[in-house]
Amino acid sequence: MPIQLAQRVFSSVGPNVVLLVVGLAVFVALVILIFVLSERTREKTQNRLKYLVFLGPAIILLIVGLIYPAIRTIYLSLFDARSENFIGLDNYIWAFTQPEILIVLRNTVIWTIVVPLAATGIGLGIAYLTDRMKYAAVVKSLIFMPMAISFVGASIIWKFVYTYQPDPDRPDIGLLSAIVKAVGLTPPNWLLEIPLNTFLLIAVMVWIQTGFAMVVLSAAMKAVPDDIIEASMLDGAKGWSRFTRITIPMIWGSVIVVLTTITVSSLKVFDIIRTMTGGNFQTSVIANEMYQQSFRALNYGTGSALAMILFLGVLPLIIYNVRQVRKEREIH
Amino acid sequence: MVAIDTQAVTGVKPKTKATAMKLTSRKQNNIFGSPVASFVAIVIALIWTIPTFGLFISSIRSPEDINNTGWWTFLANPSFTLENYNTVLFQGSSVTPPLSLYFLNSFAITIPATVFPVVIATFAAYALAWFDFKGRDLLFYTIFAMQVIPLQLALIPLLQLFANGVVIGDFTLIPPLGITGTYIPIWLAHTMFAMPIAIFLLHNFLSQIPRELMEAARVDGADAFKTFRMIVLPLSIPAIASFAIFQFLWVWNDLLVGLTFGGGKREIAPLMVRLAELTGTRGGDWELLTAGAFVSIIVPVAVFFALQRYFVRGLLAGSVKG
Repeated sequence: MPIQLAQRVFSSVGPNVVLLVVGLAVFVALVILIFVLSERTREKTQNRLKYLVFLGPAIILLIVGLIYPAIRTIYLSLFDARSENFIGLDNYIWAFTQPEILIVLRNTVIWTIVVPLAATGIGLGIAYLTDRMKYAAVVKSLIFMPMAISFVGASIIWKFVYTYQPDPDRPDIGLLSAIVKAVGLTPPNWLLEIPLNTFLLIAVMVWIQTGFAMVVLSAAMKAVPDDIIEASMLDGAKGWSRFTRITIPMIWGSVIVVLTTITVSSLKVFDIIRTMTGGNFQTSVIANEMYQQSFRALNYGTGSALAMILFLGVLPLIIYNVRQVRKEREIH
Repeated sequence: MVAIDTQAVTGVKPKTKATAMKLTSRKQNNIFGSPVASFVAIVIALIWTIPTFGLFISSIRSPEDINNTGWWTFLANPSFTLENYNTVLFQGSSVTPPLSLYFLNSFAITIPATVFPVVIATFAAYALAWFDFKGRDLLFYTIFAMQVIPLQLALIPLLQLFANGVVIGDFTLIPPLGITGTYIPIWLAHTMFAMPIAIFLLHNFLSQIPRELMEAARVDGADAFKTFRMIVLPLSIPAIASFAIFQFLWVWNDLLVGLTFGGGKREIAPLMVRLAELTGTRGGDWELLTAGAFVSIIVPVAVFFALQRYFVRGLLAGSVKG
């Protein structure tokens, strides 16, 4: 059995492993060769060459991989399914009038509001609770771990939690159903229950993102100078009032960064919806619908229009982030 | 378990004796530093861990047990088996290979898709941080802004480019590359999409190298290439490691790029694509799904716990001011 398996695995991965090794070797060899040659050229040539070597590859990749495709997507969004006939803004009108797509847009809005607020709120709470707590590192590690788990893995974990047992005589295998039954209620078929299902999917994202919020905000809290805390203590600020009047204002910049970062991730969420419900039962969001339109319905027009809508949703956040970073650079 | 070392990543210096004493008084005055606060924090941590724990327990129970009793009953009468792992890893069917193949694919995709962007972005970050040229700031901000472009925006054109090249009118700008069906489009796509964030993160670190050090190298006659090799590279290894871990986890955990740029070919599909497919087609076979999911989780979680310090540092560099 093991030999057969090895043969079978090799016959299908063999050529690919060769490609992997060759790909890596060529890349490394190229880099070394470029350095050896460049260091031997005259200083004058070198001053021009250095831009080409250090900036060239990145700029080419950015132009080919992001700028050109983005422009082309704008263009495709104005054409029909096969990219043959110009149809103006029809794809956008379709997106904002089609009842199914309106549900998709509504869901996306719910995701981008609930996930950042819930994840940041819980993350902030844990960061404050564990600030200077004994064994805080262990607690934080556990809450942070979902960050390392893939969205697909997280979806399977939670799909298992949400498993529904249709036969009332058989014991539950889903944890949520079992808990609900234990308190004397009848569990619904979780992932089919509209609109609850959207919030059950959102819970998965909150579970993942809370750790991120916690780590960033916890670091920000540690950076608050001790004398400020002491001054507030002399003024008699305790617990809750110190939290709202001292801690929060001091770390507000980080809170905003966390909120915007999680908002962007929520706007782009795809894996969770695709793995858990496939976008059925009114749970789809823009990123999932974009995939469905482009690669299932093979409609490049509507798919591109949805990608553009996603981009327009992210745009204000980009502008805000760029301005923040520029401001900080000016201070330094 | 390795603990998150916040001090190391935030650069907060260890407290002196005097401040350590102040800290105790601070603790006493803080009702949130009380046992109640600790208790709440521990409860939240447990709630956060239980779903993953349930998955793990289920993966080592027999299919019969999984489907007939809740995983929590395992705690009362434990009996375990590795049969699920054997089935899911090594037994495929006539059409679908076993999961071990996809596991290998995931490595074959992830390693180059980490090495390429790390090297290329380090080059660019070095140039943006230390070369003086016109429009440098503009270029940096343009690249920074690109990091929030959803990759969905690039998907269709990039796929068409890999398959058909770029033709404007009768003029072939880029010929058809003939690389579809191999790992190459996936490597390239990941490398391209990683560029903005990679350059931004690495630039943050590289620009902090002391100017005197760079000046000294120049006075000694080192050119841009030698300076990079002798000074910049050795000093920025921790930063590069931070980003490399980040990128490794991102690529390993990715579904969308693997799904679209893999073109649905089983021979090159990564683990996540197969797992998502399994959830769709074998949604009730929890013995396969739990073991499969755990196999996919084990690599990133091991990387995460082993290299947590670098991981957190990278995360903070990307999101905290300064």
